[in-house]
Amino acid sequence: MTAHLPVLIVVLPLAAAVAVPLVALAFPKAAFAVACLALAAAGVASCAALSHVLAHGTLRYELGGWAPPWGIEYVVDPLSGGMGALITLIAVCVVVYAGPRANGGSAARSGMFHSLFLLLVTGLLGIVLTGDMFNLYVFLEISSLAAYALLASGGIRGTVATFRYLIVGTIAATFYLLGTGYLYALTGTLNMADMAARLTAVVDARAYGVAVVLTVIGLAIKAALFPLHGWLPDAYTYAPAPVTGFIAAVMAKVSAYALFRVLYFVTPAEGASAQALMLLGWVSVIAVLAGSILAMAQQDIRRMLAYSSVGQMGYIVLGFALGTPAALIGALLHLFGHAVMKGCLFLVVGGIQWRTGIYKISDYAGMGRRMPLTMAAFVVAALAMIGLPPTLGFFSKWYLLSGAVEARAWLFVAALVLSSLLGIVYFFRVFEFAYLKTPEAGQGTPPRQELPLHMLAPILVLTAAVLVFGLLNQQVVGGIIRHALPGALAP
Amino acid sequence: MSRYPLLAVLVSLLAAGAILLSDRRPNVREAWTFVAAAVKFLLVVSMLPTVLAGGVIEATYAELLPGWSLHLRADLFGLIFALLASGLWILTSIYSIGYMRAGHYTHQTGYFASFAVCLSATMGIAFAGNLITFFLFYEMLTLATYPLVVHDRTEEAVAAGRKYLAYTLGAGQLLLLALVAVAVLAPGESFQPGGFLMGKAPLGVLGLVFVLGLIGVGAKAAIMPLHGWLPAAMVAPTPVSALLHAVAVVKAGTFGCLRLVHYVFGVDLLRAMGADTVLAVAAALTILLASVRALGEQNLKRRLAYSTVSQLSYIVLGAALGSTAAVAGAMFHIVAHGFMKITLFFCAGAIYIKTHKLEIPDLAGLGRQMPITFGAFTLGALGLAGTPLCVGFVSKWNLGMGALQSGQAVFLAVFVASGILNFAYFFPIIYTAFFGRPGQAIRFDEANPALWAPLAATAVVSLILGIYPNAGLQFYHLAWTAAESVMAGAGQALAGGGMP
Amino acid sequence: MWENVSGYLNYWLAAVLLLIGLYGMLGQPNLVKKLMAMNILQVAAILFFIALAEKTGATAPIEVKGLHDVGAYVNPLPHALMLTAIVVGVSTTGVALALLIRIHRHFGTLEEPEILERMRL
Repeated sequence: MTAHLPVLIVVLPLAAAVAVPLVALAFPKAAFAVACLALAAAGVASCAALSHVLAHGTLRYELGGWAPPWGIEYVVDPLSGGMGALITLIAVCVVVYAGPRANGGSAARSGMFHSLFLLLVTGLLGIVLTGDMFNLYVFLEISSLAAYALLASGGIRGTVATFRYLIVGTIAATFYLLGTGYLYALTGTLNMADMAARLTAVVDARAYGVAVVLTVIGLAIKAALFPLHGWLPDAYTYAPAPVTGFIAAVMAKVSAYALFRVLYFVTPAEGASAQALMLLGWVSVIAVLAGSILAMAQQDIRRMLAYSSVGQMGYIVLGFALGTPAALIGALLHLFGHAVMKGCLFLVVGGIQWRTGIYKISDYAGMGRRMPLTMAAFVVAALAMIGLPPTLGFFSKWYLLSGAVEARAWLFVAALVLSSLLGIVYFFRVFEFAYLKTPEAGQGTPPRQELPLHMLAPILVLTAAVLVFGLLNQQVVGGIIRHALPGALAP
Repeated sequence: MSRYPLLAVLVSLLAAGAILLSDRRPNVREAWTFVAAAVKFLLVVSMLPTVLAGGVIEATYAELLPGWSLHLRADLFGLIFALLASGLWILTSIYSIGYMRAGHYTHQTGYFASFAVCLSATMGIAFAGNLITFFLFYEMLTLATYPLVVHDRTEEAVAAGRKYLAYTLGAGQLLLLALVAVAVLAPGESFQPGGFLMGKAPLGVLGLVFVLGLIGVGAKAAIMPLHGWLPAAMVAPTPVSALLHAVAVVKAGTFGCLRLVHYVFGVDLLRAMGADTVLAVAAALTILLASVRALGEQNLKRRLAYSTVSQLSYIVLGAALGSTAAVAGAMFHIVAHGFMKITLFFCAGAIYIKTHKLEIPDLAGLGRQMPITFGAFTLGALGLAGTPLCVGFVSKWNLGMGALQSGQAVFLAVFVASGILNFAYFFPIIYTAFFGRPGQAIRFDEANPALWAPLAATAVVSLILGIYPNAGLQFYHLAWTAAESVMAGAGQALAGGGMP
Repeated sequence: MWENVSGYLNYWLAAVLLLIGLYGMLGQPNLVKKLMAMNILQVAAILFFIALAEKTGATAPIEVKGLHDVGAYVNPLPHALMLTAIVVGVSTTGVALALLIRIHRHFGTLEEPEILERMRL
């Protein structure tokens, strides 16, 4: 059983994605249950695989019995296992949040939603678990296609935004594919481990540089790294709440993961990848600041959060670029933490919009009284985004800062601090409206309009996670993240 | 016993939850505040014998960062602050209830809940055993105070709230940087009397870290030019100004300053860096300039705020002088100033509730109308000016002695000059109140007992402590023992670590 | 210089197609033209991979009787990969067309400037 875990994690949601529309036709109410069960099962499988890996070392699975490097291989190591657990955690929360009547209410549409959502999860899990460069491309496109369909389901503005995302996303994927082509031409293999061993011999080839550049650009677009972030704000803003919640939480993170995987596990440390990392470092400093500044300028809270994501992706890539153990721990912890925090924030904002139709910050007046629990969750997650203790966001920032101090990268230190200050500005603006302003006179006090339980519960779970994992961050760091660092840096 | 510090932190945090849940029943809500305040005070007091006997009560909990756990420790210095804050919380609670109800304030549930969280954070700061624990509660205090500052929801209050956050959270980020640097230089160290950074890095690097950390704690301690938020924050209801802006928040800043100087860096390292002079000069300038500013303020609360700015720097100056008497004086002044300033703020609140006036010329004749309030006010003001037999004299005497011990007599002059300035800005108030000509006839008309009883109590305590500094909770003894341990630790650090 | 072009003509072709595709996707105001450019971009990638597989004088990787020399066949792996890539491309085009139909129904046009203009209203 354990031997089959890697493939089970991917196959469970995939099978459910196929089954859900059929089930929805016959038993409309069962579709939701099937989706939940499949994701929960994938979650259990991920956690089981992760704990097995932590105890006994990397788990490899030869797909279809074809031995690597010819066959496709699925690899669960602490990094991919941790990512798998993260993705399934958020996925379970979001699918519960979306509820049985997701996407407009009718059973058929709800079945469609769940099917696409499962497909998206499949794609992301595949990206994380595969040990094959081309297979990664395929999963990248599976997840993207599912994401396009989901994002487009939010009205005409969402459709236009999605078409743009589709164009940009395809450019990104094609760049990645070409990069993989170059790497294949240089090494004659697509298996990541095999490729890593063979690449050391060809570091000086000009084609290798081209390969790194193409791959990095492709993945950086997908990860919405400034200035390649143009697709993100519109796509996040106009999509239905659960979709944005999930995509904002994990999709860009998975691309960041792929970037990390390629630059730290596939390409050799010296040569083109080192230069690429240096460049990424400078770009991400700009990303951190630009994202925060743009977020401050927004009136629409969804766009504000979207731009804040652009800045936060900068944090993660900054950690990768610094490359010291502390910085990498910070980047990976932030990858995890930001997924939880931003997922929570988008679920809150989406829920508020669903309940009251409000999405402008200036209309949030009195929201603290109308939806006290929801806004409390927003406050906690926002404080974590700013990076105040004892939340998860503080500790990831701590590691990033100490990595930057160790590396004597003072500019990066300054950027991180400045970005926190900007974060204070744009989040406290929301707090001021929600708690200190009263709604326009004449309307009276609006009634209490708390979200239904199935929407509130996932929000509160994620909020609790922000605090609990903050206090227990040493368990996460020592137990998982340290083991997920690339060979030379792992304990 | 080793859990007591954690319990003291948690009790008001739990109370905050209970307060929020009893939103609709004000009496139950207030009962929670009292229960928590009493339990907290008893917990803190019960630690006193052990600590006085030379023991340390400590426990570590979840590891937060490599080597740095959530470390709560009741040592001599921490206990001074904890005793002060938890004791005054009881009085402030009585006063708050009287004030908020008499003033018909809204959002009282949020007010009392935030207040309780503030006290948790204050206990956490007092009992923090290492920098990360300190920082955690320090930021928590900032956040919990924010709702209190903006309590009125007016434009002015919101603007003051922004200013408050800009100063304190901004400074917090610099403190964070200092922490990261300390964590890199000396991973996992706890606070130690005499400091632990000696010889860990070149002096230039340590100097930079010190400046960052000092700005971090200095913003809350309102060292000029980081004081701007304090007068602005006076828009908050008066009990908030009383406990938080005379005791908890600003004292957390000075407490952090003392911790930083004497438990992280150590006085010898400070001297080696030359930072003691810089700090002392900054504090001395703050003492004088803030006193002068206070002279120019016509609003009672703002005058008190500038007086606070000035008095806080006594403590900072004492820390910078770094002789035993000066440090003991600084630590004792945390207590002394706490009792005196809270008396003055209580008086301001009682006056405001009764008359809705806070401009000093409007106070004419009020002293004869509210003799208890103004009697207490007079005692507090005399104490702050350093009149013998008042508690302020004890701390100032020690500070002055400390200045002489350190061979820097010029700072004795600063204390004297400041005393004169204190008289200069308090005397007109007292004179106007007692001898000014009011517009209408005077009759005895105090505010309700929930307002005047606490202020009378604090005034009496500050008088008693002025005569018997060791009365009751042995604050004076605690301060001296703590100062001696700091100095002994500094000697050891010098002998053990050597110069870099 | 000339060898760099003539020797790698197939790669140059792929590169030119790539640039045409990119130009079209970013520069064309019409959404359908963007989509067509996207297909050109994908074709460029596919051609690039197929070119990688090529060997001078080799035949298609289908076993010819008696010919057991591996060198006599072109590398079949890129072809197999590109089958998948083609499938991906077709699916993407399908999704994109569905989006375009929706956009056209709503706006009655597929010119991007016009759509942006109408969305602003």
